[in-house]
Amino acid sequence: MAEAHATAPVPAPASAAPSLHATRWIGFATIVIREYSRIVRIWGQTLVPSAVTAILYFVIFGSLIGRRVGQMGGFDYMQYIAPGLIMMSVITNSYGNSVSSFFGAKFGNHVEELLVSPLPNWIIVAGYATGGLVRGMMVGGVVTIVSLIFARLPVQHLGLIVAAVLLTSLIFSLGGFINAVFAKNFDQVNWIPAFVLTPLTYFGGVFYSVAMLPPWARALSHVNPILHMVNAFRYGFLGVSDVSVAGAFAIMGALVVALFIAALQLMNRGVGIRD
Amino acid sequence: MQALSIRGLTKTYRNGVQALRGVDLDVEQGDFFALLGPNGAGKTTLIGIITSLVNKTAGTASVFGYDLDRELERAKSCIGVVPQELNFNQFESPLTIVINQAGFYGIPRPVARARAEKYLRQLQLWDKRNGMARALSGGMKRRLMIARALMHEPRLLVLDEPTAGVDIEIRRSMWDFLNDINARGTTIILTTHYLEEAENLCRNIAIIDNGQIVERDRMSNLLRGLHTETFVLNLRVPVPAAPLVAGFPITLVDAQTIEVEVSKEQSLNGLFAQLAALGHEVQSMRNKVNRLEEVFMRLVEHKSAHG
Repeated sequence: MAEAHATAPVPAPASAAPSLHATRWIGFATIVIREYSRIVRIWGQTLVPSAVTAILYFVIFGSLIGRRVGQMGGFDYMQYIAPGLIMMSVITNSYGNSVSSFFGAKFGNHVEELLVSPLPNWIIVAGYATGGLVRGMMVGGVVTIVSLIFARLPVQHLGLIVAAVLLTSLIFSLGGFINAVFAKNFDQVNWIPAFVLTPLTYFGGVFYSVAMLPPWARALSHVNPILHMVNAFRYGFLGVSDVSVAGAFAIMGALVVALFIAALQLMNRGVGIRD
Repeated sequence: MQALSIRGLTKTYRNGVQALRGVDLDVEQGDFFALLGPNGAGKTTLIGIITSLVNKTAGTASVFGYDLDRELERAKSCIGVVPQELNFNQFESPLTIVINQAGFYGIPRPVARARAEKYLRQLQLWDKRNGMARALSGGMKRRLMIARALMHEPRLLVLDEPTAGVDIEIRRSMWDFLNDINARGTTIILTTHYLEEAENLCRNIAIIDNGQIVERDRMSNLLRGLHTETFVLNLRVPVPAAPLVAGFPITLVDAQTIEVEVSKEQSLNGLFAQLAALGHEVQSMRNKVNRLEEVFMRLVEHKSAHG
């Protein structure tokens, strides 16, 4: 039978290969669409829990405890914590999406679909970061709607709100991606959220103003980047902040760039994905 | 033009295992090429480097003239790969899997949808397109990986044991499909443990052992180099001992089955004439092992014996 094919076959007419630019753009869009489809497909895991958690926070911290707290920063306690709660859900979900999706792709070996494709690593990183951003925005939107049931939210600086939430979401998407690159098992996927993100978020000014803290604790809090993100976001709504808003955006911008470069370097070196 | 050109390819893993030791290999455009070797010989590492899943230690490789170091995106656009292990998201549908894969190669969605229907139909998966991939049978999953690899219509298709664990009926239908694709111009590199598969499909062959190419030839030349073949003959009437036939070493397997070694200078007519003269009637005959298997074993054993 091998002899039957001794004559070299006629080459197939080359179908027009897409340009590199088109490949990158369509590839990027495909990663984002795939991430969006995943978020929607498992909505019970991705969208609902944060809404339920937000309702619980508003009922317990806002309605029950908040009445006794009184005003903070010149606003009702419920209004004061609402931006922080929205930001907390954005942080958790942006991180969670990238880490679970990319680690799942590694664990199930289907990360190879991307690695054998002609997409450059920066597109893969950008695609997953945008996937985390999409989930962060979707969940942030749901929690915002929940917030509006419990508190009236004024908008002082819409542009700052959008910029702060986008940058924060990107930062944690990229962080989740880097976590997934290093993770070798599901425990390592959960360590950072449990032992780093949660404490930083709770000490990041979501529920209180750092002005209430003693000087040493206030100074220590300023090292926590989440404090700057939450306050920049809150400033957009309420016009009050415990930190310099310009400084907060500088920190966020620097973190996005630094984490993107770090993620790209890891991909280029093949850490956790190529031997 | 060379579909694949490799020079001095070396891979040493972090644990010190040297999987490839300076491999040189050329595969012509349009070829159906077999890359064979025992387990751990370096086949999957070689394919891993070509498809960017493994970082090489040294050497160069180019695909249709695109160097993997300098023009990686162009080179990867030319390659479709069907890996040994299942590597798709088992929780997605076959249709989603193949359309997404096309997207990773820059194929617009409308074109991808049309191709998805074409290839899923050709591989008898169209009826299963909307279910979860994990519900597919083993053979269907293998065919899904072939459909996925073809979505960007690659010029070079790399198949790493594509029919492993697939029943013979499906395997043969996959052979027909692959032959058809090759006849339409796609270069195919196949690794397989089914040597009958390589013998039936491939025109050229390389055998890799211990990280080195130990043989590279046309399939027909390699098989011609086989000096002896062992045939299994079934006799109509039982015999108490192996018949004594001049020039043909015969061993008795059971009362009605004998094995005969025939060198390529000898004629089977002579064997049958002598058996007939002794009163033995041959009912049926087959090769003891596949011819390529015999060549393969001799090459690999020879190299092992000589270090």
